[in-house]
Amino acid sequence: MSPPNSPVNSSKPPDRRQFLTDGARWLSVAALGAAGGALAVQHSASAEMRWQIDPNQCIACTNCATQCVLDESAVKAVQCFDLCGYCEICTGYFDPQYQKLDTAAENQLCPTGAVVRIFVEEKAGQKFFEYTIDELQCIGCGKCVKGCALMNGSLYLQVFHDRCVNCNECAIAVACPTQAFVRVSADRPYRMKRLAKQLIEQKAGKSSEARSLLEQVDPS
Amino acid sequence: MNSTLRWATLGVVAAVLTGSAAAELIPTPSFSNHAVPTTRVPVADDVIWPLVDVAILALALGLATYLALVKRSRRGLVALAVASVLWFGFWRQGCVCPIGATQNVALAACDSSYVLPVSVLAFFLLPLVVTLFFGRTFCAAVCPLGAVQELAAVRPLQVPRWLDHALGLIPYLYLGVAVMFAATGTGFIVCRYDPFVAFFRLGGNTPMIVFGGCLLLLGIFVGRPYCRYLCPYGAILRVLAKFSKWRVHITPSECINCRLCEHVCPYGAIEPTTVEQPAAERAQGRRRLQVMLALAPVLILTFGGLGTLLATPLSQWHATVRLAEQVRAEELGVNAPPSDAAEAFRTSGQPASELYQSALGLRDRFFWLGGALGAWTGLVVSAKLIHLSVRRRRAGFQADRAGCVSCGRCYWYCPVEQVRLGWIAQPADAVAAQVNAETPKEMSA
Ligand code: SF4
Ligand code: SF4
Ligand code: SF4
Repeated sequence: MSPPNSPVNSSKPPDRRQFLTDGARWLSVAALGAAGGALAVQHSASAEMRWQIDPNQCIACTNCATQCVLDESAVKAVQCFDLCGYCEICTGYFDPQYQKLDTAAENQLCPTGAVVRIFVEEKAGQKFFEYTIDELQCIGCGKCVKGCALMNGSLYLQVFHDRCVNCNECAIAVACPTQAFVRVSADRPYRMKRLAKQLIEQKAGKSSEARSLLEQVDPS
Repeated sequence: MNSTLRWATLGVVAAVLTGSAAAELIPTPSFSNHAVPTTRVPVADDVIWPLVDVAILALALGLATYLALVKRSRRGLVALAVASVLWFGFWRQGCVCPIGATQNVALAACDSSYVLPVSVLAFFLLPLVVTLFFGRTFCAAVCPLGAVQELAAVRPLQVPRWLDHALGLIPYLYLGVAVMFAATGTGFIVCRYDPFVAFFRLGGNTPMIVFGGCLLLLGIFVGRPYCRYLCPYGAILRVLAKFSKWRVHITPSECINCRLCEHVCPYGAIEPTTVEQPAAERAQGRRRLQVMLALAPVLILTFGGLGTLLATPLSQWHATVRLAEQVRAEELGVNAPPSDAAEAFRTSGQPASELYQSALGLRDRFFWLGGALGAWTGLVVSAKLIHLSVRRRRAGFQADRAGCVSCGRCYWYCPVEQVRLGWIAQPADAVAAQVNAETPKEMSA
């Protein structure tokens, strides 16, 4: 390419100066090439990185609901049904100050009513309920997670990758008191609690859903 | 009764009732006609985007270079700037950008456990290589941060030279701090304090939205305040642009010294024709240069020494150090409102001594890093002083390679260029029309 060039305007630099400039340019190109090549060979992966919460570290401090750059946090609660006790008195569902064991808002822990409680079966005089998170309602505050931690701890928080815009530095990670945020490969961008993962692994032989869940979970 | 206690009691009762005292877990029941569902998580479906982004970045760089250097079309550059703001800014929401990628690269270079995506590496390298050959055409219309400020600069005033030089040191220092924090895994401060990303996302934390808004308002009068006085990537680009093979040339043929370009450049990047100095002044200049050269090592060492004093405050940016301080303070019972972090650390069962050990290790590292940062500061300052003392000879007005962001205003306004384009018959028409009263006598040769 030949940009318009004028002998007058380019002020006729002495040859020595031109030579130095050229030298510096090629040196820089070589340095960038070498550094880039070394980094590419040693550390890089074709996959992007994503932010994820290690549920084993998370203490459900509520920062996840408030610190995300999105108006509605990318973090939401997840239920691992295989770890859930289906308790009648769910500590993740009911406010400790509940008046009655029913679905009235004042009895619920969740501020948005995102935990859905459905009666499943009565066995030997014991009632069992299934608790499912309504993704659209969940704001990721982790109140249910904290409650559930008193019992089985089947509820946990995850960054949902259909929502997260993948900030280069996650704003919640900066505010997280326990450094629970980790970078994971975009191929397998989820994490599970140790126990939950074991249970799902046991189930994987029989269930294709369990297998596809494991395929999404970071191996480490 | 304390609510946690109440639940805990309940939990124990429940555990005893269901007879699972060993694992303290309530077993998942098996139902007669209800299958226990499997957890489902949404797929990340944008794995292809990064590659598209790199391709678009390369394309945009090519286009910006062509428009700025070959086509010399200011209009084209403005259109490209709008497109970049829309695509990289609003559509791709500003992450990852080459500015931030600097930190990913620094982290990858120092932490072998961090995996650097190839696309991020490409984002970092592409604009640098292009700049080495064509000058800062990336800044002209590709960088979304630069582009949005370019569009904002409608009533630019000239910043006094001395202030421009002084503030112009900040990007280099910011770069030093950012690289240091990224390399130690402390954090990506350039992303944390990115003024425009909240604007591109139409949401985010309030202080940064306010800061970004203020910068844009300021940018109406002071051309590209972020680019000139903050951008750490711009600092790298400035240095590399000095060695560029090609660059923006203002006039297509002979400079008539009308000073129109100097007036119109919002970024103070145009340097005037030099006049021959009397011998006495030249000798004085040479002496000043000698003093500055001798001063450089002194500055570097002094600042380096001072930098080591920053070890403690710098290390406090690191989460591990902060946690260790908190745990220690709570242990000693001094001024310690209990924190979640310390509480979580205690329940984790990790011995505090280990934490203290790693915090002390970090502080040691920050001692040397603080020194390095200080030395870097000294180097930057003395390089500036030396640069200011070196005299260059220029026939005709020229854009300073480092400061020029290839925005294309200067040749757009150059009367010689306007004659070439056939807009006016002779240069004097434009000069008379635009600056009649302003042109100083000694320049109207
Ligand atoms: S900020 Fe950290 S500890 Fe708090 S809820 Fe989120 S992941 Fe859990
Ligand atoms: S990376 Fe950004 S969008 Fe995703 S969870 Fe963190 S702050 Fe929210
Ligand atoms: S100086 Fe920085 S912010 Fe400005 S255009 Fe260049 S890279 Fe972008």
